[in-house]
Amino acid sequence: MSRPARIAAWSGGLLVLLVAVVVTSAAVGPVRIDPVTVTLAALNTVVVPTGIAVGTATIPLLGWGVPLPTLEYASVFAFDVPETHQVIVGSVRLPRIALAATVGFSLAAAGTVMQGFFRNPLADPSIIGVSTGAAAGAVAAIAFPMLVPFGSLHLSAFVGAVGTAFLVYAIATEGGRTPVATLLLAGVAIQAFLSAMISYMLVHSGDSLRQAVVWMMGHLNNSTWSDVGFALPVTVVGVAVLAAYTRELNVLLLGEEDAHHLGVEVERTKLLLLAVASIVTAAGVAVAGVIGFVGLVVPHMMRLVVGPDHRILLPTSALAGASLLVATDTVARAGPAEVPVGIITAALGAPFFLFLLTRREVHSL
Amino acid sequence: MITVDALEVAYGDVPVLEGVSVSVERGELVGLVGPNGAGKTTLLRVLSGALSPDGGTVLVDGTDVHTLPSKASSRLLSVVPQDTHLSFSFDVRDVVEMGRTPHRSRFSGPTREDREIVDTALERTRTAGFADRSIDDVSGGERQRVLLARAIAQDTPVVLLDEPTASLDVNHQIETLELVSDLVSDGTTAVAAIHDLDLAARYCDRLVVLAGGRIVDSGPPDSVLTTDTVATAFDATAAVTTNPLTGTPTVTTLAAGRDDLEDPPAVHVLGSGPTAAGVLARLEAAGVPTTAGPVPRGSAVSTATAELDLEAIVADPFGPLSAEDLETLEGRVRAADVTVLADLEVSAGNQLVLERVARVTPALVAVESRPFDERNYAGDDAAGSYEGVRKLALEATTGDVLEAVTRAADAADRPASRRLGSDV
Repeated sequence: MSRPARIAAWSGGLLVLLVAVVVTSAAVGPVRIDPVTVTLAALNTVVVPTGIAVGTATIPLLGWGVPLPTLEYASVFAFDVPETHQVIVGSVRLPRIALAATVGFSLAAAGTVMQGFFRNPLADPSIIGVSTGAAAGAVAAIAFPMLVPFGSLHLSAFVGAVGTAFLVYAIATEGGRTPVATLLLAGVAIQAFLSAMISYMLVHSGDSLRQAVVWMMGHLNNSTWSDVGFALPVTVVGVAVLAAYTRELNVLLLGEEDAHHLGVEVERTKLLLLAVASIVTAAGVAVAGVIGFVGLVVPHMMRLVVGPDHRILLPTSALAGASLLVATDTVARAGPAEVPVGIITAALGAPFFLFLLTRREVHSL
Repeated sequence: MITVDALEVAYGDVPVLEGVSVSVERGELVGLVGPNGAGKTTLLRVLSGALSPDGGTVLVDGTDVHTLPSKASSRLLSVVPQDTHLSFSFDVRDVVEMGRTPHRSRFSGPTREDREIVDTALERTRTAGFADRSIDDVSGGERQRVLLARAIAQDTPVVLLDEPTASLDVNHQIETLELVSDLVSDGTTAVAAIHDLDLAARYCDRLVVLAGGRIVDSGPPDSVLTTDTVATAFDATAAVTTNPLTGTPTVTTLAAGRDDLEDPPAVHVLGSGPTAAGVLARLEAAGVPTTAGPVPRGSAVSTATAELDLEAIVADPFGPLSAEDLETLEGRVRAADVTVLADLEVSAGNQLVLERVARVTPALVAVESRPFDERNYAGDDAAGSYEGVRKLALEATTGDVLEAVTRAADAADRPASRRLGSDV
């Protein structure tokens, strides 16, 4: 099979799997709904923009109202679904499932890129401190809302994440070169510093301690379509850019000097990969908190199945990551008591990773 | 094609290349030779653009590679690294296909031409047979050929090779260098750091000898590979002779031992082949006054005597020695304290010479590495007389000939003791 056909076959298969997992997940919960009704209710949520209306937005702090163009939407389908079921699927479960898929997609894609970039099987999306940065931003927003100018928890986490990645990159760069080992070490040091800051903030967080700790565990409860609206566009655009650079990523695995001789602008490509992978990670982490192991385990699993070529590894890992997080989040919410999904991914991911390790399936990239 | 002028490179305060100037013509295979740490790899890295020089200029095809974007420079020159960090399991074909990277745009897949070029590269390097195997699962030698295939797929006018034969067995060394020569005869310009001097001499159009970051000598292998150059560059004692099969220079390095003997005995050497050349070089290196002969004209030994600048009697191979030469020989053997027979070939023409030598020499040492049968062209009769002479001699190897010569000379000062130990 030629490579494009292989990529299409694997991606198509995993996409079908994702749809199946989504439908199953939407059917599972305190109220069981049959899959057909779920599918119809899900289709009912599909909307298309039909026109532009002028609304009014209020600028925070100043209280001025300004005109803001907004899109008008119309539903495409109008299947006959019981009202309660439509609300449960369309407004409660689907946003959460869509967010889980988005976050899983972003973390697995970013993890694949980071492992290739660092030529290190232990790399995960947060290796240069993105998650810790997001946590610092989020905890600051939760514990000291007065100090955070932009109000939004998501935005604060996102800015913390991207800011940390930029800081680590700036520290590790000298004379136009960014050695990978220096990046790793700078990342470790910055993470240690930020962890100290987070602990300090937690100590003084008072009543918001519980909220902050739950955020850091990684959670998807109370997700809304606006969360999806925040994370999905960034993730889709970011992963598309990464996908365009998979050939460079392959060549970079040969080492930077070889990559240079094969026509790759090494430093520019490294900066782009690192920046985009960090932004994609930040988008996921900002809405869902620190969800471990998806970005580490999924690329390893897919590498065993499809091989090391990033042209196929990146899309398949991203899709598999989406399915995996939707599935684990279903477990997290369907049990007797709701558990933060980060606990489930780590609790299932770590033993599975150890199993692969002892089987010597995972030993290198 | 490549012009290097007054190149200066230092790692920190340590100068690695000092004032190196080289030029390489289009379609030439130039070998960089020199001891470890001479700066060969550094020079290649500067040529490839991977390392920026501290001073001087490098022009490849008229442009400074250090100012080119890597896409442009990688269309101009390809690099075959000594080894590569292939610690992940790409297929061999994928690795070779990476050579096409500079020629492809971001969003297009490989064209038919790309595929054909990759196939040809796999065929030429005889790696097609395991193209679908993982690069982790092939041997070091095969991996080296895969890297060469990648460079061929890159299809550049200049190829730089860093020790392309270092991890290969004899057979694949030759195969690889034949392939590089083929590329060069197709018009490619190649610069290769090569450890093996014999291979370098055999395949390169020109050699550049580097030592201590400077160019010691450069030119065609015949003129560059001399005992003097090898001694200067490698700080080693070597005999440079002509390989009878390839007709190119071959270097036999001997243990570095320039510790001169105090009051060395004078030695005369008769013999043939690499053994005699080795003995001569060894004695010369230890500062022993040495003469040689008769040596066959045009043989390895006669080249060695010329290289070492020794007084030698040169005669026609297998011909009888002229009366004049015989006279000179007898004089030299008498004048020497010890005579060394080093793989002496016995023919009808020199059988008498051997007996004459045995009669007049004060002491004899025999160094033999080829069996006598292979060196005897004069029949069974000669075997008997050679055996008789050899019994008088102290046996030695090329390695301990110095010691043997000294001992034989000492023993000759006490003739009685020597005769007591002998059957004759």
